[in-house]
Amino acid sequence: MVPILKQGRYLIATIPTALTDADLERLRDGLVAQVGRCRSRGVIVDITALDVMDSFAVRTVRDIAHMTRLRGAEMVIVGIQPEVAFSMVELGLTLQDVHTALDLEEGLALLDKRTKLVGH
Amino acid sequence: MRAHRSLAPVKSSRPPSAHPRDGRRAAEPRGEPPAGASTAALLREIVAHLRQCRTQLRDEWAERIIDERLLTAMSRDEIFAEATSVYDNYLDALETGTLEALQAYAQGLSERIIPRGVETHEVVGIVLLLRDVLARSLFGKYRADFQLLNRALDVYEPAANRIASTVAVGFVQEQGRVIREQQEAIRELSTPVLPVRERLLILPMIGLIDSQRARQLTEQLLRAIRTNRARVVVIDITGVPAMDSNVANHLVRTVDASRLLGAIVIVTGLSPEIAQTLVTLGVDLSKMNTVGDLQGGIEEAERLLGYQVVPIPGVKS
Repeated sequence: MVPILKQGRYLIATIPTALTDADLERLRDGLVAQVGRCRSRGVIVDITALDVMDSFAVRTVRDIAHMTRLRGAEMVIVGIQPEVAFSMVELGLTLQDVHTALDLEEGLALLDKRTKLVGH
Repeated sequence: MRAHRSLAPVKSSRPPSAHPRDGRRAAEPRGEPPAGASTAALLREIVAHLRQCRTQLRDEWAERIIDERLLTAMSRDEIFAEATSVYDNYLDALETGTLEALQAYAQGLSERIIPRGVETHEVVGIVLLLRDVLARSLFGKYRADFQLLNRALDVYEPAANRIASTVAVGFVQEQGRVIREQQEAIRELSTPVLPVRERLLILPMIGLIDSQRARQLTEQLLRAIRTNRARVVVIDITGVPAMDSNVANHLVRTVDASRLLGAIVIVTGLSPEIAQTLVTLGVDLSKMNTVGDLQGGIEEAERLLGYQVVPIPGVKS
């Protein structure tokens, strides 16, 4: 189970360990529901702890991005490991339309910038 | 004339104690070995014979090396000098049956001749030639007694084969070692990832890029992005003379992977040739940020990072 933390206008989900497909779907449902409940403007999913991203995980993450955008929040993936990034790209999983950042700090900075632009 | 001068000292360095015995043996009329003459005795006799004919056989061998255009990287004098020491080491190995000294010598020889571009087939060729020359000499010596000739060859050939394979294997191993060392050196040299400003990295690619090097560059870059917390990376390929579609696609993947780590990649310095190749090959570079030269790339990166370079008033260069 992945805890979803509310931090001001943002939601933060830190994935602590490799997840099953069912866990991923539960995380997706939880985030999409909470975005509305907390009136969040941004979502950060931190995958620093993951050393493998399979195609299902990548697809779910992309789905979360699209769904939360429809609910009015930007999403950023942070903490992709270099090896993971490389193998994802090798598999053609480039997450073209999803924001990415190095770590939580960068992700928060990116969201601040994005939501300021959008809010204007 | 040229060779004899160079071998005089080698000959005199031979331990004199070996000679009297050899001389006596060689002087014995051939063909009457005691019926039970041991293999060892026969081997001694062969070695003594080959030592006695050393100058003649060595010259014959060196001439054949030159005739067959082996060791073309070396001068005639060098071939003769090298032939002399190989010959002596060869006989020592034949006599003692131990290969360590020969192995060490073969390694030293390989170290000397590999940088000069001597090929494997040449080394194998000269060792086989020597084996051939010596075997012919044995044919000549024992030709009157077929049985004895057979026994002599039984003694000589396995030892000679072992020596030939030792030298050839030594050469190939040495070659492999040199190649590994050079690869290592190229790896070390070829992938500097340079931080130029807070959060700005430069990766100057130089020389031909093959898939392995491209992969390594990517790994190194991704790690550097992480450790330097880079936001922008400028990859400069001014020094890359050519690029094929594999490498181009790899570059695209590098850009994608860097983006996953939150870094923007700017590629600079695409030469006209590379630009033409890439467009002709149909590599999709539409997602890539490209700027004409490294200077422009750094300016663009500074803009993205919010830097502004302002000249200090009153300072002239």
